[in-house]
Amino acid sequence: MNARAKRSLVPFALGLGTLFSAVFLAEILIRAGLVNRFIVPMPSQIAGAFHRVITEEDILHRFVVTARESLWATLMLAVFGIGLGVLLYRVRLLRDATETWVAALASAPTVLMYPLFLVIFGRSERTIIMMGFVAGLPAVILKTIEGLVGTRRVLVNVGRSFKLSELQLFWKIYFPAALPTIFVGMRLGMIFALINIVGVEFLINFGGLGQLINDLAERYDLPGTYAAICFVILVSVLFFFLTDRLEKWLRPAD
Amino acid sequence: MTSAAPQRSEAPQTRAAPLLVVDAITKKFDTPEGTMTAVEHMSFDVAPGEFLAVIGPSGCGKSTLFNIIGGLLDGYEGRVAVAGETVNGPHQSIGMVFQEESTFPWRTVTENVAFPLEIAGQPKAQRTERAKHFIDLVGLRGFENRYPAELSGGMRQRVAIARTLASEPKILLMDEPFGALDEQTRLLLGDKVLQIQDQLKQTCLLITHNITEAVQLADRVLVMTYRPGKLKRMVPIELPRPRSSEIVSSDAFGHYVAQIWGDLREEASRGMRDDEAHMLHEHKP
Repeated sequence: MNARAKRSLVPFALGLGTLFSAVFLAEILIRAGLVNRFIVPMPSQIAGAFHRVITEEDILHRFVVTARESLWATLMLAVFGIGLGVLLYRVRLLRDATETWVAALASAPTVLMYPLFLVIFGRSERTIIMMGFVAGLPAVILKTIEGLVGTRRVLVNVGRSFKLSELQLFWKIYFPAALPTIFVGMRLGMIFALINIVGVEFLINFGGLGQLINDLAERYDLPGTYAAICFVILVSVLFFFLTDRLEKWLRPAD
Repeated sequence: MTSAAPQRSEAPQTRAAPLLVVDAITKKFDTPEGTMTAVEHMSFDVAPGEFLAVIGPSGCGKSTLFNIIGGLLDGYEGRVAVAGETVNGPHQSIGMVFQEESTFPWRTVTENVAFPLEIAGQPKAQRTERAKHFIDLVGLRGFENRYPAELSGGMRQRVAIARTLASEPKILLMDEPFGALDEQTRLLLGDKVLQIQDQLKQTCLLITHNITEAVQLADRVLVMTYRPGKLKRMVPIELPRPRSSEIVSSDAFGHYVAQIWGDLREEASRGMRDDEAHMLHEHKP
């Protein structure tokens, strides 16, 4: 095993070890009666519920539905979020006029707007995707602007000294320089989008994992509820993994 | 100290028609305190193959001059011309090397050096091959696939020089390219620049505040006054070529350094007094 592989294995092992320790601690606290087992089920019960939710609740299909909704929301965030960020960066007047409002939107509980989206898009996946998109949009816009503004002046001057056109300046210098910050925005956007997607699925009792969590909670099947939540985390892990790969492909130096 | 009387250099003795002409440049900036003249009525020229160093104290308008000649700054009086053609904006005949670290961190050494060739639309195989030549020239063979983060500051600056040379400019314009490096690295990179200049017969214009660097590299040293930046004196450096950093221990070298410092000292003191007065004014209780 080479040094690089060793370096990446240690944090992975540490992370996994911490997770197992936390689970083990929770098991002990619940078994000892220090945490109410009627509110928080034992990890061993949750592990036992996995087989049931997979075979009886068709969780893999629901996982695919939530992942698909998240993928659409992410693609829309990439296209419109980054696009709007670039537009606001380029048009200074527009940026000055709207940046505060975009920042304000980031802290607004947009999930509460779901009745309005239900009226517009109906009780469908489109409502869920749009709710996820709206929740993630401010983070992507703001981070895109931040990345572009933060491009070092000297790099732009290098481009200008080589007589780059405005379009070449953007694609060859501004965009790659801003990419790490844009990816931070995309990750934040995806987190907010996924929270809203599962939240709206839960609220309108439609779609993937959020609906299942609602059903299981209604039945007071706590181990099943928590097992389903683990699948939500899995969606998040999957998307983080994919964006990480994409970023490494686009900026292999980082 | 090695004894060496000032000798005539091998630089052009009967000056050829100038390649670069800087004619009566004046640049003013509007500041909260009023109009500030950064550069005033600056005129000089550079012959083909010549190495001219422009030296002056901090704040004398050296970088303003660099940006004007490079075409990055407009709104000035006067004229800059390359081979008789007036420079309006960045010019393909002028290659710029910047003071700050300017390699693209997301590109390998080869990709950085091949950048101007990529912009010129050269096919990948051809530009990679061409980039290799310039990587060799700056002594970075073996580092082609490294990223700038994996290189030292001096190596990164050599990548920036190779990238500029790859665009095959008529004039290499450098703004304190070794300013952020330690003295030893600076001297050794000076050797590298001398080798490259000798090999390519490259016309060079170096902006610097380092007297040793200016005397080590240049055929002539233009000394600027402190604000507004004006031409104070042009000092011909008649040291033999080819040169290397070993020349810094010669008597003649010391003579030139002392002569330029004599000119510069008064200007640098004026700059320091001005800065102190400004700070006193800024932090008045």
